[in-house]
Amino acid sequence: MSTYIIRRLLGIIPLLFGITVVSFFIIRLAPGKPVAVEQSLNPRVSPELRLRLEKQFGLDKPLHVQYLIWMKQIVRLDFGRSYIDSRPVMEKIAERIPLTLGLNLAALVLIFLIAVPLGVRSAIKADSAFDHSVTFLSFLFFAAPTFWLALLFMQFFSIQLGWFPISGLTSLDFEYFSAWGKAGDSIRHLFLPVFVAAIGGFAGLTRYMRSNMIEALRQPYIATARAKGLPESAVLYSHALRNALLPVVTILGLSIPGLLGGSVIFESIFALPGIGRLFYEAVMTRDYPLIMAEVVITAVLTMLGNLIADISYACVDPRISYKER
Amino acid sequence: MMKRNPYLKIGLTIIGLLMLITLFAPWLRSADPAQIDAAQLLMPPSSAHPFGTDQLGRDLLTRIIYGARISLSIGFIAMGIAVAVGILLGSLAGFYGRLVDTLIMRCADVMLCFPTFFLILAVVAFLEPSIFNIMAIIGLTSWMGPARLIRGEILSLKEREFIQAERALGASDARIILRHLVPNALGPVLVNATLGISAAILLETGLSFLGLGVQPPVPSWGNILIEAKSTLGVAWWIMIFPGLAILVTILGFNFIAEGLKKIIG
Repeated sequence: MSTYIIRRLLGIIPLLFGITVVSFFIIRLAPGKPVAVEQSLNPRVSPELRLRLEKQFGLDKPLHVQYLIWMKQIVRLDFGRSYIDSRPVMEKIAERIPLTLGLNLAALVLIFLIAVPLGVRSAIKADSAFDHSVTFLSFLFFAAPTFWLALLFMQFFSIQLGWFPISGLTSLDFEYFSAWGKAGDSIRHLFLPVFVAAIGGFAGLTRYMRSNMIEALRQPYIATARAKGLPESAVLYSHALRNALLPVVTILGLSIPGLLGGSVIFESIFALPGIGRLFYEAVMTRDYPLIMAEVVITAVLTMLGNLIADISYACVDPRISYKER
Repeated sequence: MMKRNPYLKIGLTIIGLLMLITLFAPWLRSADPAQIDAAQLLMPPSSAHPFGTDQLGRDLLTRIIYGARISLSIGFIAMGIAVAVGILLGSLAGFYGRLVDTLIMRCADVMLCFPTFFLILAVVAFLEPSIFNIMAIIGLTSWMGPARLIRGEILSLKEREFIQAERALGASDARIILRHLVPNALGPVLVNATLGISAAILLETGLSFLGLGVQPPVPSWGNILIEAKSTLGVAWWIMIFPGLAILVTILGFNFIAEGLKKIIG
């Protein structure tokens, strides 16, 4: 077990290296060689901007030197200063990470709470009307673009029914609320974004859970459990479900990049100040240091999420660490 | 094959119809998708404009049909690039093993760490968001799935007798890979690629919705929906129809993938 964990931890070194190399090549995409004509042809990068880029990333030096300069900065978590307000990029990101992580964790919990019972029930009642309608709904939600669902929900729940505010994090008179009022207000603002973020993942996980459960119910140990006279509920929930749930841990890990990527869209739509919206604003204003920092940080977050998922999977299922040894 | 496979039947019907519509777009709607009509701003659906008109009085149905051309071709070409790169790298990794394998699969692992949307947006921030660039970027950030699948298939195929026989006959590596391994490993990749087309279309519409994909006045399903946001609560048709177009298309591709999965087993 511990050898497995150590091996996995060592495995992140090449990954980190790769992440920085790929990110580095994105800077190199910045258009305009040192030739003046080419710059003037590209309306996106003004000469001053080019100069700033050159200074920060040492674009006039040989490639490997550039990389080393940049690496030296980022191992100290120094991603430079924002072009917009000259604040350190790390500071801008750090203050926005909690909201995005919180939203995504809430979405993950919601996905889990909806998808697991639905998937399990579909599997137990395979080919029933219930199963068919769950399958139909998950196909539907899986196919609907997040931003469109967000618009539909805003139209229906916020504008027509008036249940939720359209956007933002808090109401205008937020400071005058009691503690409970504040909590209620935040929940009302965050409900739709979390729900929208969860929908794509919930559809996928329901399908996955269903097929896992059907597979588990086919196993010989289920026949054994039934043969020795266990009540059906014990067979289903403590024998089959437990085995069907195991791989879900990795699926939750794998859904992190999708959730983080999705936060760019739903944070922009719902006007929530998380790292997704920050990134969108950075892209719109071509705030390169901020863009680079976010690309590296979200990749590292994804990597850590996968690592945690893999290790916890190995903890709940000892077969994994033996197999991979 | 088709008889007991309703998924494949429905999926192929949807996508087939859609492709016919995009092919015959100029004959179906004679209007120009960019035709502005100041007398017809934000008109609800009527017989002249079955899907209504937008803020500039343009016919929404026409724009959706022309948008389908853009969105579908981005989906197909982006996935084409991804599958081509994936097959190349995956078969090299699976066939040669050792260092080549380690190197290529580590690259795939690294690419999988980046939330696709962040990577694509970062690249778009540096390059022009032209249609060609969008296809290329989506393609080059989506090859990891096909590569992993091909590699896995080839690993299990390459020790089989028919490959050994081919080798004993003196076939070159390229011949073994291209004539025997890749064709035999294509099944799962086909399913993956079909799902990949949906994913690429969703990426494109998301990008265009954020204003960083296909640029107006060229219509794409994503950039038509930008207007839906500014007319929220005023013009429901601008929100409903382009969204339904995306939904039905993605359903079509996903149904095909589900049907193919059943055939391949």
